[in-house]
Amino acid sequence: MSKYLLNKFLFTVDRDPSLVERYRSNPVETVAWWESTMANEILGAHTGEASTWLAFTDIERDALAQHDYVRLFELGAHPFLTLTLFIAMFERDYAEPLAFQKEYAARLSHFSLPYPDIAT
Amino acid sequence: MATLAAVIASTHHPFYYKASTAPPEERPPFADEWVAKILAFRETLTRARADVLVMVGSDHFHQLWLDNMPQFLVGKAPFYDANFYNEEREFGLPRMLLKGHEELSSHILRGGLDEGFDLAFSNELRIDHSITCPIITLRPEADLPIVPIYTNIFAPPLPRPGRFVELGHSIRRLIDTWPSDLRVAVIGTGHLSLELGGPRQFGPHGPDPEFDRKAVEWISSGDIERALAEVTLDSLWTPGNATHGFMDFMLMMGVAGEGAKADYVDTLDLFHTMEAYFTWYPNGVPA
Repeated sequence: MSKYLLNKFLFTVDRDPSLVERYRSNPVETVAWWESTMANEILGAHTGEASTWLAFTDIERDALAQHDYVRLFELGAHPFLTLTLFIAMFERDYAEPLAFQKEYAARLSHFSLPYPDIAT
Repeated sequence: MATLAAVIASTHHPFYYKASTAPPEERPPFADEWVAKILAFRETLTRARADVLVMVGSDHFHQLWLDNMPQFLVGKAPFYDANFYNEEREFGLPRMLLKGHEELSSHILRGGLDEGFDLAFSNELRIDHSITCPIITLRPEADLPIVPIYTNIFAPPLPRPGRFVELGHSIRRLIDTWPSDLRVAVIGTGHLSLELGGPRQFGPHGPDPEFDRKAVEWISSGDIERALAEVTLDSLWTPGNATHGFMDFMLMMGVAGEGAKADYVDTLDLFHTMEAYFTWYPNGVPA
């Protein structure tokens, strides 16, 4: 399990407007492309240098590919990263202000303290 | 020596900018009361006639990332660009450019290292809404040079609450001993109870009003001892999963000092989280 890699996906997609749209409209393709090209990129290192060992588990890959933010919460992805990116992708589909955020909370309502561990 | 002109602790609510600048037909019903409270709070900084601002906040995974995460970081640069695409997107925050004060940055870095804080530093730091929100609320001219100090309240493992208080004490000593004629204000922002990305988010109030009531009491009375007795890294999950931002308030209590009663206290119960505003004048209330 790699909470770090889940977070890295959310972090790198959230900061790129074109990737936000691509992930919204074509999640399966985006997750596969990202894992094959971006997952091992060291963001602060020399261009061309990369890690060799980072990969999603099947459960993690499926959660991202299905836009399943409830499962991402359960897996310990950082809730701020998940929320921010999913607001960017889906808030626009709701007519009322904060309606998406409230539905998001309701769909997580079966979780009680302690929440899944987010330490990486 | 420099004069510590004011110590200010505040929540940072990224929706304030949009709420306060929206055209009348789009203004939320709470905007007028919120703006009035902010204008009164702003006056507490204006009265202090500060020359330089030390700004304590926490990067929200903008520039600082999990491959190289500092616990405490001091910016040392002549300028700081500010706000990021995703803050523009979600909150409508403007891009900003703030001047830095490298001499005070150097003094805090050298002194902090010598006092036992292995501070990270950055010579090219883009700051986010944890620092720009209080600029917008308290000094919208954005004309004073700043020293940004980032804390990790976001990505576990975190420093313990006592460490935040100790860093606050250290910042206080370093400003009090800075050989300068300038007037310094320290402004730090954090949260009371807050939930983000969890089942208690975006409720009609903050997720734990009882925690908020106690927290306001600790801060306004300077009761560091009680806050440290009740607040731990584990306990902070209970009021809401983003409540570790309260440790930035504890840092500011450390700057103000044990038993230092705030000279100005105000709160505003909003949806989602409670706003709270505090100002201390360690060298007396300005005329």
